Amino acid sequence: MINELIIAPVAFPLIMALITLALWKYRNIQEIVSVVGAIIYFVLCFQLLNYVLNNGIQAVHMGSWDAPFGISFVADTFSALMILVTGLMALVVIVYSISSMRRPKQLCDMEQKQFQYAYYPLLYFMFVGISGAFLTGDIFNLYVWFEVMLIASFSLLSLGGKKLQMEGTFKYVTINLISSAFFLVGVGLLYGVAGTLNMAHLAQILPTIENQNIVTLIAVLFILCFGVKAAVFPLFFWLPASYHTPPVSVSAVFAGMLTKVGVYSLIRVFTLLFTGHLEFTHTILLWIGGFTMVVGVLGAAAQYDMRRILSIHIVSQIGYMIMGLALFTPLAIAGAIFYLLHNIIVKTNLFLISGMVHRIKGTYNIRNMGGLVNSYPFVAVLFLASGLALAGLPPLSGFWSKFFVVKAAIDIKHYFIAVVALMVGLLTLFSMIKIWNEAFWKKMPNEKCDSKKDVNFLSKGNIFMIIPVVGLLAITVLIGFFPETLFTIAERAAEELLDKSQYINAVLGGSL
Amino acid sequence: METLLAILIGGLFGSAVYMMLRRSIIKLIIGLIFLSHACNLLIFTIGGLVRGKAPIIDEGQTGFSNMVADPLPQALVLTAIVIGFGVIAFTIVLIEQVYQTVGAGDTDELKASDKTI
Repeated sequence: MINELIIAPVAFPLIMALITLALWKYRNIQEIVSVVGAIIYFVLCFQLLNYVLNNGIQAVHMGSWDAPFGISFVADTFSALMILVTGLMALVVIVYSISSMRRPKQLCDMEQKQFQYAYYPLLYFMFVGISGAFLTGDIFNLYVWFEVMLIASFSLLSLGGKKLQMEGTFKYVTINLISSAFFLVGVGLLYGVAGTLNMAHLAQILPTIENQNIVTLIAVLFILCFGVKAAVFPLFFWLPASYHTPPVSVSAVFAGMLTKVGVYSLIRVFTLLFTGHLEFTHTILLWIGGFTMVVGVLGAAAQYDMRRILSIHIVSQIGYMIMGLALFTPLAIAGAIFYLLHNIIVKTNLFLISGMVHRIKGTYNIRNMGGLVNSYPFVAVLFLASGLALAGLPPLSGFWSKFFVVKAAIDIKHYFIAVVALMVGLLTLFSMIKIWNEAFWKKMPNEKCDSKKDVNFLSKGNIFMIIPVVGLLAITVLIGFFPETLFTIAERAAEELLDKSQYINAVLGGSL
Repeated sequence: METLLAILIGGLFGSAVYMMLRRSIIKLIIGLIFLSHACNLLIFTIGGLVRGKAPIIDEGQTGFSNMVADPLPQALVLTAIVIGFGVIAFTIVLIEQVYQTVGAGDTDELKASDKTI
């Protein structure tokens, strides 16, 4: 039973991708099947978390080859949490796409109809890659899942083939290929020094290697390659160049999930494998985290495209998670995990709301917007609540995630980084207020076109855009009012990450 | 043999970086291809080079009697080659599309998605 449950988050989207691909000629059926599939996927993901919470870390080995020889899939609390939120994102984005990918015709995200059939299969293929990356217990297998995820994301990003999109995709593809090459080099060197690729086995062997300097060197390679994927400070420039170009539902799922897979991998390898030289590697990570926060939030201040502001904010938020990892105390890691989950939900939601605004106004440029608070107070409230959650105002989820990370920093007397984190929070608020003022609060810049341009958004066709946004906001508010539930789970995940023996025992059993 | 391969890998990495820093998008692709070759060779070399000793157990024996080539790096390289091939094929098609939509083969012309409005 448990074997199927661990494999399900990878196998099920694969089956769904093939089914939706087979249905490409029948768009209505394809949509219905996609939504039903997403609901089942979410339930499966939830079941996995439930099982892991009740029974501890679970591992399966492919083809009954015991670890470290067979490829292992491991579900600990951290993986299962990430899988759950992946399932949630799949459900939300697929439901949202029903409305956002079609009618009204003049505002359709994708003009060329022939591209539309590939959308749902590619989304599912990407979720295969993401789930695989979260669940695998083998470092080379992680590379393979990254590539599965990347090739699907390349295609999704270029789907539609507009000029801007092609340029964005071009940059995204190039940088990601280079980072994959570094990943491969890192894996190769790791095999060269340790003679194994199973992460649990590596965790056992790496501390016993005589020449610890080469292990540190490999650690730096991993910072580099996962740093590109997670969009940390000196390596993030591909992100604001590409994330604002595709259809908004694609932007939303990228913003929510893809960089977070990089963060997940960083947390995984820097808690499980590279802990021998903490004062070196984690100091680098702390500096990276600080700079990422500051540069991201300052970069957003210059932008006036709603999606570009939100894209650059992804970078800034990543900084907090890296900071949590770098502080390396149980509270800090739990805070980073909490932050990760909160950020996936809120960031995706903000992108989905920007899609609503685009549907109403026909533009993402906030200079040309205005008056939305009068015409669509409902959308205004949705944005304000999500924006404040991102900035970290109590009682929304962002407050708690920032609180845990900052408290962890103060506890171990890293006052400087705590001050930086708080200042960045303030500047985030500034950016959100900027969007609020420009798009919602101020009057329409040109009075004449005010009533003419607004599309009747609350019509029947857009209902599927509203449901997921309201749902995600409800989750944000719930986490805000009842943070203990999620935080207890995050604390448990952090405890498992810091105590490697649990992971190693679950994978290798008593065999080694 | 290791020294020779190490020099070759270094040369490949160097020329890959050089090619990728050129402005032509075709040269960028060539750079990416060099990069993936360099990585594959690196994995292959780092797994240890053993000549003429296939990892096959002889008839009647139950294990290896002397040193044999490690099959795992070869399997890794094979996987990496296949993945690299797929990704590079996609990238070449993408470059063609970029060239058609943007109308330029110069990376300096690809600035539209970075412009602040």
